[in-house]
Amino acid sequence: MKSIIRFIPLILFILLGVLLYRGLFLNPQSMPSAMIGKPLPEFALPSLTASEQMLGRDDLQGDIVLLNVWATWCIQCKYEHPYLLNIAQDPRIKLYGLNFTDDRNAALQWLKQYKDPYVLSIFDEQGALGLDIGVFGAPETFVIDHTGIIRKRFAGPINDMVWKKEFLPLIEQIETEMAQGAS
Amino acid sequence: MHTQPNGHYILQIAKVLGLAMSSLLLSFLLISNVSASPVDTFQFKDEATKIRFQVLSKELRCPKCQNQNLADSNSKIAVDLRKNLYNLLQEGKSDQEIIDFMVYRYGDFVLYRPQLKKQTYILWFGPLVIFLGFIISLVFVLRKRSKLKASELNLSSAEQANLDDILNKK
Repeated sequence: MKSIIRFIPLILFILLGVLLYRGLFLNPQSMPSAMIGKPLPEFALPSLTASEQMLGRDDLQGDIVLLNVWATWCIQCKYEHPYLLNIAQDPRIKLYGLNFTDDRNAALQWLKQYKDPYVLSIFDEQGALGLDIGVFGAPETFVIDHTGIIRKRFAGPINDMVWKKEFLPLIEQIETEMAQGAS
Repeated sequence: MHTQPNGHYILQIAKVLGLAMSSLLLSFLLISNVSASPVDTFQFKDEATKIRFQVLSKELRCPKCQNQNLADSNSKIAVDLRKNLYNLLQEGKSDQEIIDFMVYRYGDFVLYRPQLKKQTYILWFGPLVIFLGFIISLVFVLRKRSKLKASELNLSSAEQANLDDILNKK
């Protein structure tokens, strides 16, 4: 008994050491979104390309919807743009854009210059929908499943590695869920 | 012989210089502190709302920044959220409603003061438990020590003689 007590400080020190050592390798930037598991909120915002056309939640058609938050002031968006053109080809998903607190003309110019990967882009000038889904910067990409639930938020630019590691497994998982739901 | 007044002078000069430096440093710190916070031009309906805005923007953390509150940060998201906070206050929302609004969207990360719930019990009560643990073990150790009898100390005769000697000196 006595000898165990003698080792308590050492044990505490080792436990604390392990805790702090693990802390060194955590990424403080990676934050889980509070919106995961919650439905995509209702919204009424104009389309980027057709200003008189109002868009709502029901306009995001598709079983697996990717909602990509972008803006012309966002440098990383430029970096991920070619890859977005690439994944827009994937028949399993529908890629929508959320143009976030941006200038309409600049945004239209951007889509003309770099090509438009989106089925359509929502024009969120005031950042209203962005606020409702907890956007804190751009680019961010949300995955919404066939039941309208937000399944994932990825903050940062998408590239091939991110796509294969972060998105493809989830897309496959949702597809299995859909198959199970249908049978 | 001549070195002593010289040394005295040097000491005095050093003292004056040190004082000047530290007051200069202090004034810089005070100035930079004043000019650091960003300025918004919000018009509040009354003084109470203004104070609530100031309190809430200090309590809420900027989601993008690692350790800055909404009041301190000039990042885009912090500016937007301050504007949003202002709108919510003007709409007459209560403090709790505003906090719930932010937590629903951005998670517990936005709160500098964690909410009291199951996952945060260890944060809130952990220090108290550790403190009580120390007090209890301290009491035990002290009681055990006061109960020790002289005969249990197993002193050698030489040590006993030494001890008696010390005690009798008084």
